[in-house]
Amino acid sequence: MSVSESFAKWRYRLVPDHLLGEVLSKNWIDNTIPFLFLIIVVVLFQSLIPGFLSIAGFADLARQLGEVAFVAIGLAIVMLAGGIDLSVGSVFALANFAALAFINYLGWPLYLAIPAVAAIGAFVGLINGLLVGYLRLRAFLTTLATLIIVRAVVDLLILAYARKVAMTMSDSDAWLFLGEGDLFGVPFNFVLLVAVAIIAHLVLSRSRYGWHILAVGGSRRSAYNAGIAVRRTICITYVISGMFAAIGGLFYAARLGSVGPDTGIGLEVTVLTAAVLGGVSLGGGRGSIFKALLGTAIVLLVTNSLIRLNMPSGATPLVLGLLLLLAVAVDIRWLKNRHKLLSRVYVSPTYFELPQRPATEAGSASPYAVNDAFHGVEAIGLGELDGPEDMIFDSKDNLYTGGRQGDIVRFLAPDYRTSEVFVHLGGFPLGLAFDAKDNLHACVAGMGVYMVTPEREIVRLSDETNRSLFSIIDDSRIRMADDLDIAPDGRVFFSEATVRYGVSDWAVDALEGRGNGRIIAYDPRTKSTRTVLSGRIFPNGICMVGDGESLLFAETWACRISRFWFAGPKKGKVETVVADLPGYPDNLNRASDGRFWVALAGMRSPVFDMSLTVPSFRRRMAQRVAMDEWLYPNLNTGCVVKVSLDGTVTESLWDLGGASHPQITSVREHKGYLYLGGINNNRIGRHKLADADPSWTSQHAYWGQP
Amino acid sequence: MSASQTEQRRGGFKLTQENIVFFIALLLFIGFSVLLPGFFDTSNLLSLVQNVAILGILGIGMGIVVIGRGIDLAMVATMALSTAWTVALINRGFGTGEAIGLGLAFAAAVGIIMGVLVAYVEIPAIFATLAMSTVIYGFGRLALVDLDVIYLPDNAIWLRSISNSFLGVPLPVIWFSVLAILAYLFLRFTKWGRYFYAIGDNRAAARITGIPVRPMTVIQYLISSIIAFGAGLITASLLASVNIRVAQSTMVYDVILVVVLGGIGLSGGKGGVRNILVGTILIGILLNGMTILDMPFTMQNIVKGTVLLIAIIVDSLANPRDEQTAQQGDI
Repeated sequence: MSVSESFAKWRYRLVPDHLLGEVLSKNWIDNTIPFLFLIIVVVLFQSLIPGFLSIAGFADLARQLGEVAFVAIGLAIVMLAGGIDLSVGSVFALANFAALAFINYLGWPLYLAIPAVAAIGAFVGLINGLLVGYLRLRAFLTTLATLIIVRAVVDLLILAYARKVAMTMSDSDAWLFLGEGDLFGVPFNFVLLVAVAIIAHLVLSRSRYGWHILAVGGSRRSAYNAGIAVRRTICITYVISGMFAAIGGLFYAARLGSVGPDTGIGLEVTVLTAAVLGGVSLGGGRGSIFKALLGTAIVLLVTNSLIRLNMPSGATPLVLGLLLLLAVAVDIRWLKNRHKLLSRVYVSPTYFELPQRPATEAGSASPYAVNDAFHGVEAIGLGELDGPEDMIFDSKDNLYTGGRQGDIVRFLAPDYRTSEVFVHLGGFPLGLAFDAKDNLHACVAGMGVYMVTPEREIVRLSDETNRSLFSIIDDSRIRMADDLDIAPDGRVFFSEATVRYGVSDWAVDALEGRGNGRIIAYDPRTKSTRTVLSGRIFPNGICMVGDGESLLFAETWACRISRFWFAGPKKGKVETVVADLPGYPDNLNRASDGRFWVALAGMRSPVFDMSLTVPSFRRRMAQRVAMDEWLYPNLNTGCVVKVSLDGTVTESLWDLGGASHPQITSVREHKGYLYLGGINNNRIGRHKLADADPSWTSQHAYWGQP
Repeated sequence: MSASQTEQRRGGFKLTQENIVFFIALLLFIGFSVLLPGFFDTSNLLSLVQNVAILGILGIGMGIVVIGRGIDLAMVATMALSTAWTVALINRGFGTGEAIGLGLAFAAAVGIIMGVLVAYVEIPAIFATLAMSTVIYGFGRLALVDLDVIYLPDNAIWLRSISNSFLGVPLPVIWFSVLAILAYLFLRFTKWGRYFYAIGDNRAAARITGIPVRPMTVIQYLISSIIAFGAGLITASLLASVNIRVAQSTMVYDVILVVVLGGIGLSGGKGGVRNILVGTILIGILLNGMTILDMPFTMQNIVKGTVLLIAIIVDSLANPRDEQTAQQGDI
């Protein structure tokens, strides 16, 4: 091994390149830009203003946050549903006036005044909601008009009543507490804000209504077509926004107790800046309560600091406007380019070296020497099937197989000429297995592991496993269940080929050469699912050895078959059985002579083998070349080999012309015949074995005679 | 056969927003003439037209942007700050021509920046111009002028003369008419004018057709900013002063009101100068009538806001939003 190659080996072993793409694919990555911005703002003003980071300063900020952030949360909810509410500033002012009028002038008790103020805000919101939601007016102009009208109403009220309101003062302690009181040393309204923010977050992320909001914002048309009451959902967001703006105004009134005509002027721009700066997208669907809070904190820090710096008038609107422009520009560009960036960096190849390729030439002494054994195999279901990845027989010899249409199809014994749809699963069934009671177990791509009883009842066994502690992508969801077998104690062991790719792009995993796959066990007694072995390179076929302690599994891109002990004294150990297959192994199953049949889906090629040792080449390819021009492993031609438990390969069977079974993903022996499946094939092949026991079935051999 | 009969042959009288608004304006005009003493009076009508001329000029600038499916919320800020700077420069001893040149350059720069933000950075026009209006005001207050109100010096005779009368007609009205005719010709008969309609109607299709969509968008904002500067000069000449506080007032919404009332849909591609004239007339009559009624300013705001709301409601009832074809993020 050359120096550069060992350098590459260690470099790719030590640097976890794949984490960058995984981090970028997370939803919380959107928060990092505003968060970094917050840190910059704090550091900048800390160096400009002495005593910037004081406790008193923070208490002050928290109290202001307890007013403005309520408005921002309300606006964020409206924006998430794809709207905008410019009237919040006027509603804030109206609530401020109403609260002071109710409590100071009319002398109402708090338990009456607070709901009344909230109701006023909700009422203005309802008007907005009816107009924008039900009459489907344009949100921007409509709320602009209500902004003007409500502001004018406030001005009229102030003209008429300002004196009377200002002359009286409330002596209520509770009112004073709302404005100046602390709870556990923290301003009361801030505590309330945190509580409301948590509730709002839970509603948005966990409740039906919250999901409706995000759905409407994400795609109004799809939400409408999905049957969501779009108009009502939108209307309610405005009611919430109006109410929250009123609550913000209420706390403002409690703190300052003034009915000044400037109250809330320009607040809509401040809050809009805050929401967008935090990462609540214009046009809806993206954002969260936390983002709105983050943005509000930034905006308040900046505006307060500008005031404390004694900047000349004009500086604050200038900075606010520039901030809004910057935030929107970053938001737009980020949304537009994020997936491009992600697709550039997500594929992260690593170093992997395959052992020497064994010879396959005809006439060589190699057990892999090509022949034409599968010439003229019988075809079952020719043209009816689309993608029989695996097939299996029940105890009455009926043949079951999956298909791309999402069905499990049954061919009836003895001649397998008539077929029926056994069940419709809705996903593409891959590996299949029967338990002792003729319950069919199936790995369904993208869905998990399912069981179908002989009465055609479908039971979902597992679609979720334990999440690994340090995994960045959520690996609890089972995306690519591939093949399975059932241990004598009833546990279902199944392979998940890769956690980094899904059903549509699993082939890209071949470029990485990293152990992204795992073996998972489902225990029907506790109905629990645990990952038992992880970090394997595209684990595919699974077959019980028969000792009740171990299983064989094939790692497709690593071209090897290994044995894994899941019980007994060697529990947890993995031993390689065959290390240097000439092709990519897929499913493996028992043979009548105690050995195992292995289907090779494709054969290795020297070029791709070499590229595995040059990760930088594959990375450049993934970044610079269109996806359909990439160098992939050859999956066009394969064969069936027979392997014994000690790793000796005894024979191989080929379809040399490639007419019927070029790519073989599954092989199953049943009563003296070999059945061949292919994930891209349109038939099941049936090949007579010359020297096999004509009564042997895998089902009986494994589970015993019924 | 008269022209109206020909009209009827072609499908008769259509209940378009323009016609509705025109009839409301007519009704108001007749109503006010009968009920309000001093309304139907040559001097009052002249002052009505003169007062509304500024709004009409701004409306034409806004209309051009709206036809291209944009909106310019910074128009009033551009108007106030560019003129304020011009007047401040004259006060500092610059020649009138130089000062106007610099103010025009400032307005043009603002327009180009906004156009670039909308066309190239792809910020929605509403937000780009809303933010720009705060930026312009902040920047102007910080760097260009020292006071909120700047008075026109007595020696700026040339500038003062643009709001005089000509043959008894106030010059602002003439400027408005000239601009309206120019805008009509521009939108109707020039290549760029037709491009604006195409872009407003279907931006993607216009782009595929080969229309330089982005430069054209920049030009729209450039035009609206320059028109805003012109309107600002006339205002400054009329009032002999510039109040930059107007940048933070609701005046820009009056301009939108004029455009929307007249029937230029905010979704772009529709309408023309005629719609702006109709909208301007209605708002002019309304404002004048309310002033004669001695209605307080805040009450006038309520009436204007309500009229705007009704206009949008009528617009949305006439052209209902379809859940299947409504554009995502179209707020």
